[in-house]
Amino acid sequence: MTAVRVLVGTKKGAFVITGDGKRQKWNVSGPHFGGWEIYHLKGSPVDPNRIFASQSSGWFGQVISRSDDGGQTWTTPGSNPEDLKTPEGFPKGESNKFVYDTEPPSGKPLTTHQFYDGTQKPWVFKRVWHLEPSLTDPDAVYAGVEDAALFRSADGGKTWKEVAALRGHGTGPKWSPGAGGMGLHSIVQDPKNPKRMYIAISAAGCFRTDDGGASWKAINKGLKSPYLPEETPEVGFCVHRIAIHPSKPDVLYMQLHQGGGIYRSDNAGDLWQEVNGNLPTDFGFPIDVHAHEPSTIFAVPMDPNLRVPPEGKLRAYRSRTGGNDWEPLTAGLPQENCYINVLREAMAVDQLDECGIYFGTTGGQVYCSPDSGNHWHPIVRDLPGVLSVEVQTLA
Amino acid sequence: MIRVVIPFHLRLLAKITGEVELEVQPPVTQRTVLDALEARYPMLRGTIRDHVTQIRRPFLRLYACEQDLSHESPDTPLPERVASGAEPYLVIGAIAGG
Repeated sequence: MTAVRVLVGTKKGAFVITGDGKRQKWNVSGPHFGGWEIYHLKGSPVDPNRIFASQSSGWFGQVISRSDDGGQTWTTPGSNPEDLKTPEGFPKGESNKFVYDTEPPSGKPLTTHQFYDGTQKPWVFKRVWHLEPSLTDPDAVYAGVEDAALFRSADGGKTWKEVAALRGHGTGPKWSPGAGGMGLHSIVQDPKNPKRMYIAISAAGCFRTDDGGASWKAINKGLKSPYLPEETPEVGFCVHRIAIHPSKPDVLYMQLHQGGGIYRSDNAGDLWQEVNGNLPTDFGFPIDVHAHEPSTIFAVPMDPNLRVPPEGKLRAYRSRTGGNDWEPLTAGLPQENCYINVLREAMAVDQLDECGIYFGTTGGQVYCSPDSGNHWHPIVRDLPGVLSVEVQTLA
Repeated sequence: MIRVVIPFHLRLLAKITGEVELEVQPPVTQRTVLDALEARYPMLRGTIRDHVTQIRRPFLRLYACEQDLSHESPDTPLPERVASGAEPYLVIGAIAGG
């Protein structure tokens, strides 16, 4: 018997939704961390019952929580009674301590980034946007944070250390915040090459490491951003999301800000080509890849000015050719008076034989298509605004 | 015994119901009370005071005996009625948001 577990982060708590293999019957658990903004939750590929969660609040700052029982119970790593018994001694409560590395190569003199008004501002930690558990080690997890930087924990989230060479790339003074802040939101590990990883920052662009994080290369050639003064800048792009298929990790897909749209790279990001084709707009936030068809991708275009579905019709789009040729997917989705948004973290796919596609909306709905996008139904309709959706496929 | 009241969201985080009672060795100051609170509940570290600077988070205020102590030195002794346990030390979240 197979099942799926949908991890939903919202503006007022987390929800863990389990469904059977047919994805017709659902059980909703939550809210967990009621009242806290949950930017992201994600389970370990090595141990699916281990789930990391990013809680944040304008009042109380950042908290990292972890479940080791599939989301039934949660703790803040390093703050539990059993930690008193470890050789590490008394718990230090440092699971929410994200301190920028001020040593070379990331720190001095690279301590500022560009602000909205063009002035330079110092890096200030605000929150964790994205948690990416290691593909091989259940205790290892990456965090993408605002102001943009990459952190890594090697102890299950108890402590964090910056992957310093990313900010040490040297282009930091040209990175700037998007409307939602300057966040590192996409972390993509290459399953075939443990030394290779991709990250994306809004608004800086994409970067790739081929040496396990020791050095980084900006990979933004071919992207278009008419709002930037230079025609082909190295950085400054408001990337909304990147995704790969694990069988073809050199093929990257991207949703870029308006003026750009959907892009594909066939060479690990060295060069991008625009593949908007017949999409109704070039704006949107999430992009994801079918679990079993590496060239089948999904996006949810939005009106670039209003950031709502064009014509009030909620349509996901599917391309089976890696972009350019797109078909609208509407069955089961509202086709009138729909003015929600779908945020960058709020789309995911499952791994069942008939791939399921999921997305959550700012209106609190989570939609599921159990047949690769042909038909949709809402799992839940009235959650707080959805910030993130991840799906685990359980044996 | 020092009595401390913290906001709902932090009680949820620390799995606390009601007031917290703490043993605090003199001097009883905001710093020593918060240090004792965080020692008992390590998950609260960084949520009331910044992890590194130890500065109060801007949307929190600190009260006792109908006095706003938010801008007092963290090392100023708390009122005797707090030190004796007659009055609680209050960590209050800004009443804002939706």
